[in-house]
Amino acid sequence: MMTTTKTVAEKAASKPTRRDALRTLGLGGAAAASMPLWARYAGAQTAEPIKVGFQVHRTGIGAAYGRWYDRTTSAAAALINEQGGINGRPLEIIAEDDGTDPKRGAEVVEKFAAKHNCDIGFGTLFSHVVIGSSPRAGELKLPYFVVSEGHHVASGMLNRYTLQPGITDVKSQVQAMAPFVADNLGKKVTMVFPDFAFGHDHRDYFTAAIEAQGGEMLEHIAIPPTETSFTKYFPKIPRETEVIYHVMVGPAVLTFVKELGEFFGPQRPEMFGFLDSLEAVDIGSPGLEFLDGTYFWEGNPRYAQENQSEYDAFFRERVGVDANGASVSDPRDVSTYAHMFGCWETLHVVKAGMEASGYRGTQDRAALIEAVEAMTDLPHSIAHPQGAKVFNGKTHQVFGKQYISKVVDGKMLLVHTTSIEDTFYPDEVDYTTQSL
Amino acid sequence: MDFGPYLMLAIMEGALTAAVLALTASGLALVFGVMRVVNVAHGEFFMLGAVLAWWVTQLAGGSPVLGFLLALCVVPVLVGMLAAFVDMTILKRINYDPERTIVATIGTLYILQQVTLMTYGPEARPVAPPFNARIALPWIDMSDGTLRLYWPWGLSITSYKLFVIGAACVVLLGLWSLMTKTKLGLLMRATEQDREMALAFGIPVQRIYAIAFGLGAGMAALAAVLIVPIQQAHYLMGGDPLLLSFIVVIIGGLGSLPGAILAALLIGLSDGIISIFFSPTLAKIFATLFVAFVLVFRPKGLWGTGKP
Repeated sequence: MMTTTKTVAEKAASKPTRRDALRTLGLGGAAAASMPLWARYAGAQTAEPIKVGFQVHRTGIGAAYGRWYDRTTSAAAALINEQGGINGRPLEIIAEDDGTDPKRGAEVVEKFAAKHNCDIGFGTLFSHVVIGSSPRAGELKLPYFVVSEGHHVASGMLNRYTLQPGITDVKSQVQAMAPFVADNLGKKVTMVFPDFAFGHDHRDYFTAAIEAQGGEMLEHIAIPPTETSFTKYFPKIPRETEVIYHVMVGPAVLTFVKELGEFFGPQRPEMFGFLDSLEAVDIGSPGLEFLDGTYFWEGNPRYAQENQSEYDAFFRERVGVDANGASVSDPRDVSTYAHMFGCWETLHVVKAGMEASGYRGTQDRAALIEAVEAMTDLPHSIAHPQGAKVFNGKTHQVFGKQYISKVVDGKMLLVHTTSIEDTFYPDEVDYTTQSL
Repeated sequence: MDFGPYLMLAIMEGALTAAVLALTASGLALVFGVMRVVNVAHGEFFMLGAVLAWWVTQLAGGSPVLGFLLALCVVPVLVGMLAAFVDMTILKRINYDPERTIVATIGTLYILQQVTLMTYGPEARPVAPPFNARIALPWIDMSDGTLRLYWPWGLSITSYKLFVIGAACVVLLGLWSLMTKTKLGLLMRATEQDREMALAFGIPVQRIYAIAFGLGAGMAALAAVLIVPIQQAHYLMGGDPLLLSFIVVIIGGLGSLPGAILAALLIGLSDGIISIFFSPTLAKIFATLFVAFVLVFRPKGLWGTGKP
């Protein structure tokens, strides 16, 4: 009975109607119109695009980063496609908003694997979203390339399917900063940081690093990342503090820095901040004048420096960023320059990995992971505009140079560049021993 | 920090929280008092106030003083009109049925929030304060038997924060005289006391409802315009004011304006002091716990009249 019904239904469905015929003709026409574009990839076994599931913080507390991660990713994908794609196939970015929410993040990863049939997942920044999404990516055996800075990849907390080849992690960053802080700014430090995984990485590793330099950590001040008013936290800063180490994220970063300045007034101690405190915020905003003479870690210098590399200039131009780190179309739209290069570099690592492994489709995901694990030196180039890097296949984490800038006349001037070796620490995990 | 200056800073930060909270919560209390409507979208009217303030200051361009003054005059009216429109098109149609109004205002909450997200975007945008000077505050110290004035480290407030506290007091006084001294206030109080009787006396209850709903939302928007030069306008900023306003209104007694203001002072100051001396999380725990105790031991609120 059921079979008969089904057959009838199928027959009804397969009977061509005038509308179907028109639709087919329309599709054929559209396909014909785009032929020249396809012809570029004619050499490949299949012209099917390689689908990159881009987990983007379009909304929620990570929205400013999301906007620029999106632009950088689009620019990188456009460049790769101009150069002939990957293995002769075009790259297609499928973006899904995760609302900067770990629960939603895991659902987005699921959607990439099940609905869009993506080759990889990519692009997550906020550490709590990475930690919430990565286990699902591991279960689904979806290679998950994060651009997050968190130490959770190299700490061994995640799994073999999660890699961070385009941006360095907090542990290596702060370890490289500590000698500069202790030698130039002071040894008695108070830390102000956001109260979640990313901030805890700062707390744990910077404290250890500054103590290794003979410094002293006076106080840890943790602030919830959704907080909107900050003055009430500052009286806990001990009077004898020589250096304030600050790092903050979320929609209220500008309030945070402004209130920090208002709290100290003219009696400001030395300050060392991670640029996260001011990503997407104009250093020249009213109320930030006190930052003159303070220091910032930068993943990549926001202001084009005198000795700017040709690769940085090229990267800036392709993403649409001016010499002050703002959008070329709107100088008030300041980029997240210290982080977003990670998307560009990660996509280039994916390209290199897919080419090295002869990647054909989702059946080759394991081979892609192994190919990326086999990488070591990533030279300073168009693919790596922030600088040369060294990838550690065992810990799935990349290591690279760090930059320290000083605010001078409302602009950031590069004063110190660390070596890659400054950022090394002993391996804490060997993911290659896990099964694929 | 020494104890004295520390306490003073805590009190000043608390006073700022209390001032903004008193404005927001009195709007919620007014709506509940007159209309018996639990307005879950109240926080979104607050958020709209901040977002529109950004928009108006952008339109005004140039001078932050002019932009801010313009926002202060225009934004509460705009938001109030929008709220009155919501009342006439949604709440009136469901006859102010308590359960359905809650669901309808939850719906309004999401519509306002998502429309803001789709138009204004997910960014937090700053509004320049019209003036903002850091005022270092002195403290008296006893040393060797003589009193000495000194400026402790970190003890300061900004002129703008002082202005917000002052402006909130003025607006609350204005609201009080509106309710007690004017004909509109009389009509609102009559409607609050007995809707049927007010109708029987020919009071245009429907119009009073729209005005009260608009006024309540306008108060939230005004609070937001005042706070937005300190914080930034963001589409998710309505959550905290809503929660705190509910806490304040429940503690103060549902629908009681003086109750709401006193409770705002209590919660604002305790929030400032507890977060400075212990932790901000503890301050939130304390406030919610306090609400639970009030609900258990004094369900009509500390200053409530006990009416249904």
